[in-house]
Amino acid sequence: MLIIKDLHAEIDGKEILSGINLELKAGEIHAIMGPNGSGKSTLAAVLSGRDLVSVTKGTVLYKGNNLLEMSPEKRAHAGIFLGFQYPIEIPGVSMINFMKTAINEQRKAKGLEPIKPSDFLKLMRDKKALVDMDSSLTSRSVNEGFSGGEKKRNEIFQMAMLEPVLAILDETDSGLDIDALRTVANGVNKLKTPENACIVITHYQRLLDYIIPDRVHVLYKGKIVKSSGKELALELEEKGYDWIKKENDK
Amino acid sequence: MNEVETYRNHKFDFENLFNQSEKTNGHVAPFLKTVRKNAAKTFMKKGLPGKSDESYKYLQLDSLFSQEYSYRFLQEIVHFDINHVFRCDIPNLNTHLIILLNGFYYGGKDRLIELPGGVKYGSMLQAAVEMPGVFQKHFSKSTAIKTDGLVDMNTALSRDGFFIYVPKNTIAGKPIQVVNLILSAKDLFLQPRNMVVLEEGAGLELVVCDHALSRKRSLSNSVTETIVGENAKLDFTVLQNDHNFASQINYHFIVQEKDSRVDTNTISLHGGLIRNNHYVKLNGTGAQNYLGGLYLTDKDQYLDNYVFVDHAVPNCYSEQFFKGVLDDRARGVFNGKILVRQDAQKTQAYQKNNSILLTEDARMHTKPQLEIYADDVKCSHGATVGQINEEAIFYLRSRGIPEKEARLMMMYGFTHEVISKIRINSLRERIEDFVQRRLRGELAKCDNCSMLDTNSLRL
Repeated sequence: MLIIKDLHAEIDGKEILSGINLELKAGEIHAIMGPNGSGKSTLAAVLSGRDLVSVTKGTVLYKGNNLLEMSPEKRAHAGIFLGFQYPIEIPGVSMINFMKTAINEQRKAKGLEPIKPSDFLKLMRDKKALVDMDSSLTSRSVNEGFSGGEKKRNEIFQMAMLEPVLAILDETDSGLDIDALRTVANGVNKLKTPENACIVITHYQRLLDYIIPDRVHVLYKGKIVKSSGKELALELEEKGYDWIKKENDK
Repeated sequence: MNEVETYRNHKFDFENLFNQSEKTNGHVAPFLKTVRKNAAKTFMKKGLPGKSDESYKYLQLDSLFSQEYSYRFLQEIVHFDINHVFRCDIPNLNTHLIILLNGFYYGGKDRLIELPGGVKYGSMLQAAVEMPGVFQKHFSKSTAIKTDGLVDMNTALSRDGFFIYVPKNTIAGKPIQVVNLILSAKDLFLQPRNMVVLEEGAGLELVVCDHALSRKRSLSNSVTETIVGENAKLDFTVLQNDHNFASQINYHFIVQEKDSRVDTNTISLHGGLIRNNHYVKLNGTGAQNYLGGLYLTDKDQYLDNYVFVDHAVPNCYSEQFFKGVLDDRARGVFNGKILVRQDAQKTQAYQKNNSILLTEDARMHTKPQLEIYADDVKCSHGATVGQINEEAIFYLRSRGIPEKEARLMMMYGFTHEVISKIRINSLRERIEDFVQRRLRGELAKCDNCSMLDTNSLRL
């Protein structure tokens, strides 16, 4: 589904990613871990099409297509979803209008008619229940005045509404208490099918107690320095990132 | 015969204009003659506000007034039924309609219309004759009215406008809607003078729509005096939707008594030059005033809001909230002042102005000011001028919303805060639609208020 080859990227002339290689198949969950500043969020930004980051070398193929040539909205239409580390507040734009527009734009890209209002309301209801989201939140402006936990829950709610093929969750666990973490993880697990895939970016191991990854990659100084099964996350938790740093800074 | 059309083409020459105006027949109350004369004298002394006048710093009035216009001293005879030309097509907006045609009450010298409960509305001139007591008590009485020469000019030259009276403890059932039509084969200078009186405990919803229907240049210098009695409530929405050749300078003087509440929302969608002067005097304790404004300008349009809120007594509340989006080479000005007088303890006053500039060439001058002489008050003011948040645009795009649509959503969201304050649902929905169309770069006009061919109307 996703093949990243020798990906180099920079922000303001400073190289952040220095040759990432990664392959992700349908049905898989990959975790990307790493200390602060290792390039995790930059990788998420490259995959979702942020123009702050410029790719200087390498390729990213998504379902055989050159992902890097696609606009952020085209990527979304093709099934890519980014769960933001810091979801943006948009005063004056209601959640309902936002979601309806997003769904209809994606339907339009697939040549489908706009969703029927009754179907839309039902979808909203179902997906809110899935992530245990407070009903009143969807009648408010996007993320405006939401607590940290509510914002993250809202990301998973949007993911549930849009049913992506490839979801990239950037530090979705940060700022969540244990109950919220469980609900969010639960939502992600329920959305899992053999046809879709997920990249979970996290600093801590604890999210991976709930979302069980097929592969764990450790990113350090813009490179994947270690890849293994889910047990790697536990090892990291035990030994800390210093272990990785020591090994690589030698 | 009073029904004579009088046209004079000339460069702006106030004295000449005033003399002609006075020579014109018309049923004018003697009291008005005196007020006009005095105002004319004052204007000749003061002249037009100039550059030295802080509040007119960005607006060059001389060049605006030195262009050639026709001036009407009397209601003109029209050869068509205005009701055939104009019918407000906002669905479910059920209102009592007042039409002003080129600044004159359409309906000629008809008596004021009286609704059950005693609400009266109609021509300003007629009100001076029919309700001299109310008229004289309030006409040209607001202290703020001495502000600058343009108001004196209006007092001296105005011949008509709309008048609304709501008696004690009466709530006007349906909203009253004033439609200002400009329909002329010549460039026109008009000076409507309006009055709205709400007695104690009265309630009124008022909608004013400005529509220049002919493609001629026009300059309107209007004055509205609004008197709101104890415990009375006024909800006032103004929709300014003209074209690039229409210029308007509006003065609105609001005086509020104890525990009254006034909500004003001025939506400026289109106009070559718009200057709104909002003067509020909170004259009785517990009075509340909410002043909202939204402006969407592009091309070479000029939009200028001046606000002066006078907290004269304790325990009053005021809020001014102006927002706008400026595109192309548009220029905007916000000049707001809250004055809290020494005795006005426990005042709460808040002022905010937020603007978005879409281009490098658009300009916004903003100056919120507080002048406080009392020591126990809660006041704040602030202004922002910025661009659309690109992070938010990316957020929307990452959900599949194309960039253009995302920008529209952001701009629309920005304006929503003001629009949501409009309480008449059908009107709010229409304005929402206008704003969306306007932001898309389309001309937003009600179908029935589109441009008319002045030839076909034999104007």
